[in-house]
Amino acid sequence: MTLQELATPCSPTWCPGCGNMPIWAAFKNAAVAEGWDNTNTTLVAGIGCHSHIVSFTKVNSFEGLHGRALPVACGLKMSNHNLNVFVFTGDGDCFGEGGNHFIHSARRNHNLTVILHDNGLYALTTGQASPLTPHGAITKSTPQGNLDQPINPVALAITAGATFVARAYAGDIPKLTQIIIEANKHQGFSFIDVLQPCVTFNKQFTHQFFQDNTYQLDKSYDPTNKMAAYEKAHEFGLKQIPLGIFYQVEKPSYESQIPQIRKSPLVKVSIDRSNLSNLFKSYT
Amino acid sequence: MPAPVFSIKIGGEAGQGVKSTGLTLARFAVRAGFNIYNYIEYPSLIRGGHNVMQINVSTDVVTGPFLKCDFLIALNQDTIDKHCGELVDGAGILFDADKEYNTSKIKSSIVLYPVPLSKIAKESGGKDLLSNTVALGATIGILGGNVDGLKTLIKQEFGDKESETIQANISALQTGYDYSIKNFAKQTKDVLRESNTLSSTIPQIVVNGNEAIALGAISAGMQFATIYPMSPISGILAILAQHQEEYGYIYKQPEDEISAINMAIGASFAGARSMVATSGGGFCLMTEGYGLAGMTETPLVIVEGMRGGPATGLPTWNEQGDLRMILHAHQGEFPKIILAAGDANETFDLTRQAFNLAEIYQTPVVVLIDRNICDNDQNFQIFGTSNYKIDRGKIIDGVNPNYCRYKLESDGISPRAFAGSGNFFIANSDEHDEVGYSTDESSTRNLQMQKRMQKLQTCMKDHMQGPKLYGPKDADLTIVSWGSNKGPILESLKNFPNVNYLHLTWISPFPTQEIASNLKKSRKLLNIECNYSTQMGGLIKEKTGIQISNNLLKYDGRPFFVEEITEKIKATLKGDPA
Repeated sequence: MTLQELATPCSPTWCPGCGNMPIWAAFKNAAVAEGWDNTNTTLVAGIGCHSHIVSFTKVNSFEGLHGRALPVACGLKMSNHNLNVFVFTGDGDCFGEGGNHFIHSARRNHNLTVILHDNGLYALTTGQASPLTPHGAITKSTPQGNLDQPINPVALAITAGATFVARAYAGDIPKLTQIIIEANKHQGFSFIDVLQPCVTFNKQFTHQFFQDNTYQLDKSYDPTNKMAAYEKAHEFGLKQIPLGIFYQVEKPSYESQIPQIRKSPLVKVSIDRSNLSNLFKSYT
Repeated sequence: MPAPVFSIKIGGEAGQGVKSTGLTLARFAVRAGFNIYNYIEYPSLIRGGHNVMQINVSTDVVTGPFLKCDFLIALNQDTIDKHCGELVDGAGILFDADKEYNTSKIKSSIVLYPVPLSKIAKESGGKDLLSNTVALGATIGILGGNVDGLKTLIKQEFGDKESETIQANISALQTGYDYSIKNFAKQTKDVLRESNTLSSTIPQIVVNGNEAIALGAISAGMQFATIYPMSPISGILAILAQHQEEYGYIYKQPEDEISAINMAIGASFAGARSMVATSGGGFCLMTEGYGLAGMTETPLVIVEGMRGGPATGLPTWNEQGDLRMILHAHQGEFPKIILAAGDANETFDLTRQAFNLAEIYQTPVVVLIDRNICDNDQNFQIFGTSNYKIDRGKIIDGVNPNYCRYKLESDGISPRAFAGSGNFFIANSDEHDEVGYSTDESSTRNLQMQKRMQKLQTCMKDHMQGPKLYGPKDADLTIVSWGSNKGPILESLKNFPNVNYLHLTWISPFPTQEIASNLKKSRKLLNIECNYSTQMGGLIKEKTGIQISNNLLKYDGRPFFVEEITEKIKATLKGDPA
């Protein structure tokens, strides 16, 4: 598909300057480069500002419930593992209501690409604290300052068992495009924490902030070293926000371990069960 | 006179093999030409606690549990104390002769069968663990059964175990049998001698509802099942997990029931025939996904096995308290198809129907059963597969650039495409237009809502089935009920040729006219339910305007016993106040 063919009749409803725009652009660039279309790719989204991406991208999609994108994607992938399955999720969506699903989907190593639209708060409900909002932050739900400590999504992904863990900045479209492509190539649970400015509600994590304070992990960094990955995951501060692939290891994906779908995807396996006499016989 | 029912009860601690012994005895009886109905009681424990299984045996079909007991196998003191009062005059009680049990509570009219169970068990090489097998052999001896048939059955059941284990069991069985023959020659009962009944000529299976659900799902071409363990439905997942490779479907244990239903919806979106199963508490977590399936028009079969609520409630006991929850769960409105089965055979049929209905109407279909159906074994003619045809509903052929997943159709059913088919659409939990794009525009909302709800009208016309009437068309009393109450009601009706029973299986859509016309014909009505607030009685009133004032209700976790129904029928016929 071309960029034109990926367009839908819907115009983006995000705020001017919203970090969702470049994520959308990077995904479409990756789709064009890799040939992702309605025959080989499916998108799954949760609910939040991020989820509107499916209305603007002409690739077959499932827009589910807040927090529940991952289990839908797991069921979809197990049933047709030939599809590239992308999960778009927000930081409230993925780590608030969806926290349990995140941990378990990662440990099972489903072959999915999870793109976290990480704007550090709930934007669609107009700016409340999310599980990723920093301690002390003033939001609509924390006018006296946030008492909760934030989740570290990169460290949690590594701990939970994700086998590809990366971070990117939404505003760097070429690099984000490349990381989305690499995450999809990886066989297993791929997680990209995309730092995404919310221009309306998050006055701390702006485009300028990320441009000033992020840096790319260099070639000397070894992403197969789990302890080094943890160390980098805990680096977050002025001039100290690493981007790139933190952790990547080869482990069998969940789908690759299911004998009944070794020859063909589940949806293509015959469902003719007209002869069950052996099964019934065991109850005589 | 109906054929007599002989009720055998085995009791012991959890871990003493009560359930396996009872099931073996039941299967033995069925192979010998009898009909059986097993009723099991157990606490939510793995060791200790009190487990009881009742095996009801008859030459006629037997469908319910009884209060009375004709033969008690007591594997511990507790069983003697708790159940000797249920023994009828002339009944027998078998217990371990060497355990010095206190038998002072047992009436003098009861025949005692002391057998050195643990001594024989130890001599057979199996320690105390084989006491249940010794008791089984001794029981067969007392009740006139053929020990060779039992040995064949045991060998088949232990098929994959080491020969040493099989040998020890066979030895325990034979020695127990020989002991009875030698010591109780004058006190044997002719109960299990091979019988030439219908069930001995037509191949029979012994199944409970959980097994029937699993077999029904496999038979229906189910491709994806995700079930979180929970009493009383865990038996379903054990079978589905075991056979997945052989039949080419996936069973997945999820992290919780929220994940279960969402995974199954994702699988169905990909084109797999999908199911979940849970009990009321798990369904509470699934409620969110129930409406998601309705809104995205994704086919899904949901099995709900009710137990005593609320909260953790009575985990291993029965109730029919979730009817209103299933009918009303989830915000807003969407078409719900709800079927309630009355026994394992119906469960098999309705499960298979549910898979077709879910795909024809592209909406969730609930199969509602209760704990008694899940856990209690019954014999049926071996299930057939030739009378079932998989119907996957309207599915688009090929790729259509103008494809509309939610196209407005007069029957409410739009052509379905699977993920990856090349057709673009959004399966959208937001209100959406025909393609699936989110919209809150007034006319589109109205048209899509009307389209979805139209499915119920189409289903009423094309698939809904009326209630089933058992007994004479014209009767002095009509009983209305649903679920596992069917069994004890039909058992009781054997003694009342002037009473009939209206069994309800379609809950939504509701066959209002047929139910109303049946009820209007009746001279007296009696509603029977396992809940506090007459949930079905209320639904009948809501739909038909008919108020049933005679009710027999129960919410202590126990099933209706045949004697309780008989007593209520007599009182209602006499006109005693309810």
